[in-house]
Amino acid sequence: MSHAIDIDLHREGPGGLETEEMTLNMGPQHPSTHGVLRFVVKADGEVMRRAIPDIGYLHRSIEKIAEKVGYHGFMPYTDRVDYVSAMQCNQGWAMACEKLAGIEVPRRGEYCRVIASEFGRIASHLISVGATGMDMGAITPFTHAIREREYINDILEELCGARLTFNYMRIGGCAWDLPPGFAKRAIAYLDRFEPLIDEYDELISFNKIYVERLANVAPITAERAISWNLVGPNLRGSGVRYDVRRDVPYSAYPEFEFDVPVGTGERGTLGDCYDRYMVRMREIRQSCRILRQALEGIPAGPVVAKVPRTFKPAPGAVHVRVEASRGDMGWFAVSDGTAFPVRVHIRTGSYAAMAAIEELSKGLMIADLVAVIASLDIVAPEVDR
Amino acid sequence: MDADGIHRALREKFAGAVDPDWVAGEWPIVTVGSASVAEVCRLLRDEPALGFDCLSNLSGVDRKDDDRIEVWYHLLSYRHRHQVALRTTTPRLDPVLPTVSHLWPIANWLERECWDLLGVRFVDHPDLRRLLMPEDWVGHPLRKDFVEPDEYHGISTRRESLLKL
Repeated sequence: MSHAIDIDLHREGPGGLETEEMTLNMGPQHPSTHGVLRFVVKADGEVMRRAIPDIGYLHRSIEKIAEKVGYHGFMPYTDRVDYVSAMQCNQGWAMACEKLAGIEVPRRGEYCRVIASEFGRIASHLISVGATGMDMGAITPFTHAIREREYINDILEELCGARLTFNYMRIGGCAWDLPPGFAKRAIAYLDRFEPLIDEYDELISFNKIYVERLANVAPITAERAISWNLVGPNLRGSGVRYDVRRDVPYSAYPEFEFDVPVGTGERGTLGDCYDRYMVRMREIRQSCRILRQALEGIPAGPVVAKVPRTFKPAPGAVHVRVEASRGDMGWFAVSDGTAFPVRVHIRTGSYAAMAAIEELSKGLMIADLVAVIASLDIVAPEVDR
Repeated sequence: MDADGIHRALREKFAGAVDPDWVAGEWPIVTVGSASVAEVCRLLRDEPALGFDCLSNLSGVDRKDDDRIEVWYHLLSYRHRHQVALRTTTPRLDPVLPTVSHLWPIANWLERECWDLLGVRFVDHPDLRRLLMPEDWVGHPLRKDFVEPDEYHGISTRRESLLKL
């Protein structure tokens, strides 16, 4: 027997239209969440009241592992913090150890680090902008972006033998020098790659459908971005010109000329999803600029300083920051003079971005949540660590 | 403002709670009594000359040998481009700190994480739940005396060492 549909459309509540808040579940296995993360979405029809992030699905207790494996042994684990751009995680950990022990990195070593990091940044931003396109329903740009990222993986593979989890840097420098002919091949690649950025712009950046999906969606004011501790492209998208590479110079970055692109609200509101996307596109160009200077001006000499095999830094605590692809990555390390750190805490860019989503999602359409996640460039393992 | 100025400004208002010594460095370290953390942070955020608009990091450290838990607040000012690290300690047996989540929204998660992994209770936190570990997890894994349970919901956490084969 079928139920008679007996709803009074002019009345709310029991017997009439259901008007209560809906609770939806997005994730943990959702194609657009870029990893395993979950949102509990409280929705009123198509409009979200809030999206509550539920994280921890990828928690691998990396910080606990650091306390067990010692300073040198932790390096390969740092790759797994953010596997989309592992080089900068390597660098953060190496810098924290070097600061604890007062080790000076040879200049060539610093140049090698910059080269590796900037290639990593381009690869990571390519994934980000490509995935943003895919989440917005444009599949083709993603395949273009992935293709170029594969070439960059080839380059990084030449450098360290790995394509994703590099384990390239060491305390005091880098594991290997550039292979013969590397600089020439890398510059040849940049010559081919740079015109392609214009092609991406034509493909998606200025595509009307794409722009309308991103412009005016979830704008973040500079003040809110700072209080939420948003970092990197997410912060710069809101118009704050702050880049750790420039403002707290480290490694060889003071020797290079580059601009720090910020969001301008060119297609909508300042700090909207489009601004964050565009900052990444422009940063790719700046990374190419840094790479050319580094590859052409790399000094001779050793790439790694002499560091004792049993590494026992003096007791103390340091907090170093590197500009990773997802922004200011803070490495807090505490030593008690033994071969094992007392505590390592990694504060990542995605962590802050993820925490901001609950506030940011209020009043957005459900479909825009995908745009917000993509534009904040959240990488789940980096949130959970 | 330089580190000495920041320290002096804090000493003026909180002579009893702020340690007279501070450590110079990229992040000048100021030691603060645990009960006054929230008020000190409020001053750091709201006083225009200090203007710490961003809590960059909040980390707990288990100092088992001293029987206390140390919590570090790394504060940044984008406005003035200066930074400071606050260090406070709380007894290991019952670690309690006032929340700063009303000052910087990011503290909400950072404090939840600190509760989850180290068991520091943040008073007046709006939603002090576990963040990274499962909700029904027992214990705080970053404590030095934490013992990994043998199983979790019937899933063994033990595995034969591959090196023995």
